[in-house]
Amino acid sequence: MLITAINLIYLLGATSFVIGLKQMSSPDTARKGNALATFGMGVAILATLFIPIIDAPNNYLWIFGAMIVGGIIGYISAIKIEMTAMPQMVSVFNGLGGACAVVLAFTELAQYADGNTILNSGQLLILLITLLIGAIAFTGSMLAYAKLQGLLKDSQVTFPKHNIVNIILLGALLAMSGYVYLSMNDPSLLYIVLLMVLALIYGFSFVAPIGGADMPVVISLLNAFTGLSAAAAGLIYENKIMLVGGILVGSAGIILTVLMCKAMNRSLLNVLIGGFGENNHTATDNGDKQLAKEITYTDLAIQLYYSESVLIVPGYGLAVAQAQKVVKRLDNLLSANGVDVKYAIHPVAGRMPGHMNVLLAEADVPYPKLLDMEDANEAMSNTDMVLVIGANDVVNPAAYDDPASPVYGMPVINVWEAKNVVVMKRSMSPGYAGIQNQLFFHHKTKMLFGDAKTTLEQLNDEVKTLDA
Amino acid sequence: MEQLFLFLDNNLILIYLLIFTVILGFEVISKVPTVLHTPLMSGANAISGVVIIGAILLIRNASSTDYFSLSLGALGVVLGMINVVGGFAVTNRMLKMFSKKKK
Repeated sequence: MLITAINLIYLLGATSFVIGLKQMSSPDTARKGNALATFGMGVAILATLFIPIIDAPNNYLWIFGAMIVGGIIGYISAIKIEMTAMPQMVSVFNGLGGACAVVLAFTELAQYADGNTILNSGQLLILLITLLIGAIAFTGSMLAYAKLQGLLKDSQVTFPKHNIVNIILLGALLAMSGYVYLSMNDPSLLYIVLLMVLALIYGFSFVAPIGGADMPVVISLLNAFTGLSAAAAGLIYENKIMLVGGILVGSAGIILTVLMCKAMNRSLLNVLIGGFGENNHTATDNGDKQLAKEITYTDLAIQLYYSESVLIVPGYGLAVAQAQKVVKRLDNLLSANGVDVKYAIHPVAGRMPGHMNVLLAEADVPYPKLLDMEDANEAMSNTDMVLVIGANDVVNPAAYDDPASPVYGMPVINVWEAKNVVVMKRSMSPGYAGIQNQLFFHHKTKMLFGDAKTTLEQLNDEVKTLDA
Repeated sequence: MEQLFLFLDNNLILIYLLIFTVILGFEVISKVPTVLHTPLMSGANAISGVVIIGAILLIRNASSTDYFSLSLGALGVVLGMINVVGGFAVTNRMLKMFSKKKK
C-alpha cells in the first residue's frame, strides 16, 4: 500500500519535471514551470525519505543533517550571487551535481572492491559510466566557472597540441575502464581510485582549450552529462524518477547545446575543438595602419542628447562592469528629452544567451525597449546614434565580408548601417574571440575608451549639464 | 549473447521508458526562444540534482557503523542538495525578472 503510494508520488514527480520543463520553454509560463519542477523534486525527495526498505538502518540523522547543510549553502549562494555572475553559478551547481554522482558511484564501487557487496557485470558497467561522466562533468564545470570568473585564462590551462593530449587522455581513460571492467572478479580499489583521478583530469583537460566565449555551450553540454550520470545512477538503484529526470536533462541539455551552437552559427565539433580565435592573423593584418577616431564626453553627450533615436548595443563589457543600472540612468536622462532609446540584444551577447535580457531586466529596463537582432537590424538605417557598450564580436562586419575570419557567417548586429556609431570599450584590444574588428576603423565610428561603468557615469554627468 | 537477450527481455519496460524519455526531452526543448536559454539550462541543471535521491538511498541502506559509506553518502547529499536548492532558487530569480518587466 505504502509502496504503491510512493510509486505514484514518483510518477507525479516525473510528470512535474516534464511539464515543468515544457512550461519553462515559453516566457509566459516559465516561472510556473520552475515552480512545478521544484514541487516535483520536493515530493520525490520526501517519498525517497519514507519509501519502506526492509531492515534498512535509515540513519535519518545523517540524511537530515546533510540536507540542511546543503540546502542552506545552496539557497544562500543562489540569493547572494550577482546577476552578472549567474552563468558561473549555474556551472558550479552543475559541477556539484556531477560530484554527487561521483561520490555515489565511488562508494558503491569501493564497497564492491572490499567484498562487501556483489555486483553483476551490468551493474558494474553502469557504475563505471556514472563515475566517468560524473567526474568529467565535475571538473569540467569547475574549470568553466574559473574561466568565466576570470580566475584562469585560456592560455594558462592549455598545452601546445592540446587536442592530441585530450585524445590520448580519452584513450587511456577508456582503456583503463575496460581493464577495470574485465578484471571484475578480482576488483582493486587502487585501480578504481586511479580511474576516478584520470576521469577528473580528463574533465579539466576537455574544457581547457575551449574559448571563453563558447563557455555557455560547454556548460550546457556538461549539464547534459550530469543528467546522464544521474540517470545511470538511477539504473543502479532501480529508481524510475532518477532515470526519467536524468535522461530528460540529458536529452534536453544536448538539444539546448545544439540550439546555442546554432545561435552562433558554429558546429558543436567546432566549439569542442576550440579553434576560435587561433588562426585569424591573416584576416586583419592590415588593421595596423588604420587609426581609430576618439570622441570626447562632451561631444558624445551633445550628440546623444539631440538625437531622435538611440540604439544601445550592450555586450559582456557592460556585464563585467556591472553597468546595467548606469545605462538605465542614461536612458532615463535621454528619454526625458524625447530621445527614443532602445536596446539591441544579440542572441549571444554577454556570456550566455539571454544573459543581457536578465541584466537589463534587473535594472528595470522595460521589455518593449529590448529589440532582438532581426528587429534591430531592420530599424538600423533609421537610427541616429548607435552606442556599443562593451560588445565586440557581435557587431563585427567581418561576419559578412571576410571569409577568413572565425566569425564569418555568424549573424551580427549591423550597427554600421546607422548614421553614427560610438563604441565604448576598455581598449583597442580584440574581443573575446581574439580577433580585430574593422568596425572600429569605419568612417562612421568613433571610440570612447574606459571601463563601461566609469565612462557611462561621466557621460551621464555631461548629459546632466545639458539638461540644466 | 543469450545473457544479452535475457537482459533485454527482463528490462524491456525500462528500455521503453529510456527511449521515450529521450524523445520527450528533445521535443520539449526543440522550440525555445533564445532569451530563455539561460534560465532553461539552469532549470534543467536543478532537475539533474535528482541524483541526490541515490545519495539518500545510499545512506538509508548503509549499516549504522559503516562510517565510510555514511560520510561519503552525506557528502553526496550535501552536494546534491546544493545543486537542487541552489539551482531552483537561481532559476526562479532569473525568471522573476522576466515577469516583472511585463507589468
